[in-house]
Amino acid sequence: MEKRILKDDNDRVDGFLKVTGQAKYFAEYELPGLTYGVLVTSTITKGKITALDTKAAEKAPGVIAVVSHLNKPSAAAYEQEGGPQMKIFYTDRIFYNGQPIAIVVANTFERATYAASLVKATYAKEEFNTDFEKALKDPKAKKFQGQADYKRGIENAYKTAEVKVEERYFLPIETHNPMELHGIIADWRPNNQLTVYAKTQGVKATQGTIANVFKIPMENIQVNSEFVGGGFGMALRTWPLEIATVMASKHIGKPVKLVVTRMQMFTMVGNRPAAIQTIGLGANKDGKLTGITHRAYGETSSYENFTEGVVNMAKFMYQCDNVNTSYAIVPVDLGVPIWMRGPGEATGAFALESAIDEMAHALDMDPLDFRIKNDPETDQQKNKPFSSKNIKEAYKIGADKIGWNNRKNKPGSLTEGPWQTGYGVSVGVFNANRGKASVKGILKADGSLLLQSATSDIGPGTGTGMTLIANKVMNIPVNKITFELGDSSLPPAPSQGGSATLSTVGSAVNDVCVALKSAVAELAANSNMDATANFVDVLKKNNLPHIEVTKESQGGKERDNYSMYSFSIHFVQVKVHSLTGVVKVSKIVSVGDSGTIVSPKTARSQMLGGAVGGIGMALTEESIVDHRYGRYINNNFADYHVPVNADVPEIDVNFINKPDPYINPMGAKGMGEIALIGFSAAVANAVFNATGKRIRTLPITPDKILA
Amino acid sequence: MINFQYLRTTTAKSAIALLGKDKNAKFLAGGTNLIDLMKRGVSAPEKLIDINHVPLKQIEQVGTKIHIGALASNTAVADSALIKEKLPLLSWALQAGASAQLRNVATVGGNMMQRTRCGYFYDTEMPCNKRQPGTGCGAMEGFNRMHAIFGTSAQCIAVHPSDMCVALIALDAEVVLANSKGEHKILFKDFHRLPGDMPQLDNNLKADEMIIRLEIPTNNLAKNYHYLKVRDRASYAFALVSVAAALEINNNKITDVRLAMGGVAHKPWRLTASESFLKGKEATQYNFEQAAQLAMKDAKGFGGNDFKLKLAPNTIIEALNLAKSKA
Repeated sequence: MEKRILKDDNDRVDGFLKVTGQAKYFAEYELPGLTYGVLVTSTITKGKITALDTKAAEKAPGVIAVVSHLNKPSAAAYEQEGGPQMKIFYTDRIFYNGQPIAIVVANTFERATYAASLVKATYAKEEFNTDFEKALKDPKAKKFQGQADYKRGIENAYKTAEVKVEERYFLPIETHNPMELHGIIADWRPNNQLTVYAKTQGVKATQGTIANVFKIPMENIQVNSEFVGGGFGMALRTWPLEIATVMASKHIGKPVKLVVTRMQMFTMVGNRPAAIQTIGLGANKDGKLTGITHRAYGETSSYENFTEGVVNMAKFMYQCDNVNTSYAIVPVDLGVPIWMRGPGEATGAFALESAIDEMAHALDMDPLDFRIKNDPETDQQKNKPFSSKNIKEAYKIGADKIGWNNRKNKPGSLTEGPWQTGYGVSVGVFNANRGKASVKGILKADGSLLLQSATSDIGPGTGTGMTLIANKVMNIPVNKITFELGDSSLPPAPSQGGSATLSTVGSAVNDVCVALKSAVAELAANSNMDATANFVDVLKKNNLPHIEVTKESQGGKERDNYSMYSFSIHFVQVKVHSLTGVVKVSKIVSVGDSGTIVSPKTARSQMLGGAVGGIGMALTEESIVDHRYGRYINNNFADYHVPVNADVPEIDVNFINKPDPYINPMGAKGMGEIALIGFSAAVANAVFNATGKRIRTLPITPDKILA
Repeated sequence: MINFQYLRTTTAKSAIALLGKDKNAKFLAGGTNLIDLMKRGVSAPEKLIDINHVPLKQIEQVGTKIHIGALASNTAVADSALIKEKLPLLSWALQAGASAQLRNVATVGGNMMQRTRCGYFYDTEMPCNKRQPGTGCGAMEGFNRMHAIFGTSAQCIAVHPSDMCVALIALDAEVVLANSKGEHKILFKDFHRLPGDMPQLDNNLKADEMIIRLEIPTNNLAKNYHYLKVRDRASYAFALVSVAAALEINNNKITDVRLAMGGVAHKPWRLTASESFLKGKEATQYNFEQAAQLAMKDAKGFGGNDFKLKLAPNTIIEALNLAKSKA
């Protein structure tokens, strides 16, 4: 395969490979003796497997084994008291409908699929509840605190404000549904040596999880994941289906490949949990916020708690002396949720940014003016200055480009026949992180630079960004730089999540390149060469085929002194059909304020994807469970509506592109999450501006407009 | 494995002979629905007769009628110059359905034969009288946002998902069927059926019959027409409600009118009372509203689809207005 080389600095390292089909995803690896696994899933929602009849399946043509809790290889961690919570598949317990209960392995996928249909489970059923709202109302149902209560100033100050808004917002379950289906190839060989080809956002995390479950040394496990066809958070953990496949491979002594079905994507790999939120806002008549209360309930599973940062934004986004938040999670008998793009914040921003719009309306103020009026100079939560924040500039750019002055503050003012036009704005924010990562750099006498790190690229363009960082520090042409990732044997890096990879791994790339430059300068000095001599000449003169540096990099005290966030502003224009209730997003302007833009092309692409995901969250996406059965009813691409091209207008992407002086050497803050966070509120606010109808339950489908 | 016999034939006669009266045999054309049904375990034919090579792809004018072969692809019909000129409503309805990729392989006959997209029908762990008579209707008290408001029975509230068929019923199409004894013709409106006590039957096609072609009379409805499909996203989604509307207007009087709805019943739903009302009247907003009200007689919601009681008349009015104002 052609190496991932950047042709020019407006290119993507993997673009050519991806569009020509040469990029090899986990499911495309052909190992000698490869076998195929297919999962059998539970058809009840809660209870116990009392019998599992696998005889017919075992006798079916081509079947090698049926592995279940009855015959699985021992996993040391699961045997311990209080071991990993997700003993799904490992025990006879049923926690939710559609959970994996057995894996059938055969010599072809088709035979495994057929044999899986022959496995018959008998259950002892128990009462269950998959209805989040019902659980929330039930005083006897369990609820857990998801985050410590927060209070600044007076609690619930909004209640006594001159002008107040108090509303409830509902977000349904959303399912990530990337193009690439989840799965794994596991090859367990003698002496506990294991190779896996995985769909993962972190090769080191996958390696660590498997090592922990089976209590074998990390070094025994090789994880490969060079290309990932979309993650959005669902590949941030190693799921029971992956452990089941490893167990199957260990059991039969052959490599096993498992790729789940689209339907199984709804029950095996998490989702954005449903949330019910109440926002109370108080303001004085001049439009200054005097109280913010954000209370949120998030859905979680009965067998494992999942929390996310739903109420974070309320604590610092607006200048307000009285803020209090609470966040609780409510278990139901569904699969455990997981982070989904803009985790927590996208949920919280829908509620908070809708409420801010409602308050602006109550005050008869332009919602943009209202935001600017309440924009804080410092972070009141952390009591620190922001490391960088150019939000007022972003507001102005966005407002100019969307044509905000065409907006009328009175809803329903712009009509053309049955179509009503409206404008909406919303803010997104996400913690600008920097973690710890290592990168190895090998500078070669042939003029090339090879960089290696066990990071991932789930699509944002990691390899491209890293190449451009090295190019800038080293001044080596981009087509001479190669960045290798997705291999657990490379120097360690964190999983790709939380918009931190460019900041974290990029800093290590920067540090390695700086070190290589000094090494070359030192060699030059020692060999009586000019300090500016080309590294190729320096290496040749010293008879060195290459020099090599590995660096671990992480932030310092700057985080103690500054509050670090990335910001985005989304402006949308919508057209709403007053008779049919159809909503069309007709114009989008997004402005990112995330420090230096290292890779303009892939950064823009992130913003485009975020806006498309935002349209889905706002208008179309909802995973529907029939609570009588505990089963998903729209678990396919015909009925779970992700936006199609026809739903997406031209998206005008803009960046402030000013370096953050503190976060890292590049001055670059993450921006994958902010591309989506807040977007759905901008649409809901635009719908209100168009129609006067405030929709507080996503997605905004025609029936809700007509209601 | 669930084995099935795969046969391929090149003539309608041999296809019908292979079919015999075998209830477990099925014709395979585009396969865009049948293959899904087989994968989901909803359908398990023992014999698949591939009819893709049977020469029934004609799109032609014969006298005052347009003939469309049962195996003409949805794309071929939608893009046909003849159809665009004489029956543009049909072209529009086809364009509103599925995706370009699906339309390329889906056929006219297959489109008529496609089954409901009710989620309970596709999940073999759920009750469904259509899939397995006697198990109950999951949708009745379940998720029924997409479901029927007209012609339902205690057994089934599923809808027929086709867009094409909504246009065809509006255009007074006829269906030519054949069995081993020869060809015969039925009205398109009699092809599909209401669920009644036998929701497992979508249509009146007999086990030994094959769809040969459609015959559609030419008309004066090619100027003022519209197919309005309301759905959850702009493309590749089934209709919440769709309306096929066509008007012939002379001296401001409606001299001919066709109205049919999709997404509201177990079959494409012709609005005959509304048509009778409009005929001879002026094409005014008031009359359109009256016609829409008439169409809603006997409509019944099941909770999740109650919004259709409002959406359907609104869509009728809007489709009529768009048809009227078409330049």
